[in-house]
Amino acid sequence: MNAFLSLVARDLRLAVRQGGAIGTALGFYLIVVTMLPLGLGADLNLLSRIAPGVLWIALLLSALLSLGRVFESDYEDGSLDVLVTGPLPLELVAVAKALAHWISTSVPLALLAPVLGILLNLELLAYPALVATMLIGTPAVSFIGAVGAALTLRARRGGLLIALLVLPLYVPTLVFGIAAISATLGPDDAAAPFLILTAISLGSMVLGPLAAAAALRAQMQ
Amino acid sequence: MLLVAENLVLSRGGRTVIDGLSMRLGDGESLLLTGANGTGKTTLLRALAGFLSPVAGEIRIENENDDRELGELCHFVGHLDGIKPHLTVAENLAFWAAYLDCDASQNDASRLAGALNKFELAALADIPAGYLSAGQKRRLALSRLAAAHRPLWLLDEPSVSLDTASVALLVNAVSAHCAEGGIAIVATHLPLVFENVKEIRLGAQENAA
Repeated sequence: MNAFLSLVARDLRLAVRQGGAIGTALGFYLIVVTMLPLGLGADLNLLSRIAPGVLWIALLLSALLSLGRVFESDYEDGSLDVLVTGPLPLELVAVAKALAHWISTSVPLALLAPVLGILLNLELLAYPALVATMLIGTPAVSFIGAVGAALTLRARRGGLLIALLVLPLYVPTLVFGIAAISATLGPDDAAAPFLILTAISLGSMVLGPLAAAAALRAQMQ
Repeated sequence: MLLVAENLVLSRGGRTVIDGLSMRLGDGESLLLTGANGTGKTTLLRALAGFLSPVAGEIRIENENDDRELGELCHFVGHLDGIKPHLTVAENLAFWAAYLDCDASQNDASRLAGALNKFELAALADIPAGYLSAGQKRRLALSRLAAAHRPLWLLDEPSVSLDTASVALLVNAVSAHCAEGGIAIVATHLPLVFENVKEIRLGAQENAA
């Protein structure tokens, strides 16, 4: 447990020191969402209707930007070799790194989303649901993303490859995230999509590290 | 503790680099791996650390009172130093000590300070590691050895980019480790001198043939 916490703490400290990754992801999120009303025109009803979907899709794309570095920097400077000789199984190393990515990237993005919702005229009632779905849904983003990061570890310019591998796997999170938001606005019961979203996150927190560790082992041969 | 390799066959990219190597190393023994480039020194060390699985043969550890696996008993210092440029020298070392050493009580500040002193890094402790020279980075990587206790040291050309004074620090550290009953396996091109040392010259058969 000590080793696990020290690994998470190191990754968070590196994320703060380097700054670039979080800043880039947040800046990208801001720019994508800002450009959309400019492209679609100032139809407030239209913007309001598509706001949850836009915010979710832009969040997924922004999170992808920093996913490539989850294992790559450790691989490049030899830290990964030393991490493997530690007391943690590789699966827990993957959990620690995905968790650090979630805290350092996904949570800031989820917290920026309501601010960007103002730009898209998001309905007032939808704000709590928006933040709730994002906080519940983004663990899946980081933990599934870690699999993509592990698979593309040795690929040159693996960033685009990660997008191809991982974005299709984000579809359930996206669908149920938006379903939960629209359910809180409409007459439907919001509990079901929320529960499914939670299940997707919990499932990916278990299966993602297993797959990521298997990919890392294969890459290190 | 006894480290045993039997009829080890290792291959890289479909080419067999080590064919039928056997060795036994007991407490306090050190082993020098020498040989020309491409004769499998790094491959052998990576297999011993558990990163590569052998094509045939086996590597095992014989130890009555410890059932930890080989990977958890060894320090691996490879070509890459495993140093984060944005963390200070002390933070880099403190992380590896906390991560590698399960026994938290031993991770006190004096142990880390001792490890830094051992490789003459104490004056650099608060500098971000990105500013270190190649030799200083190597010394920081080596200070891991002293910061967390592991019985088996696997060092892959540890003397690269070290000056003569630092090579002496390295030789002293390895000798002290073996004197305490540890095992060290060192791949090297330099004629490093340790006590109680064996040597395996890789690629000798091909050269002779």
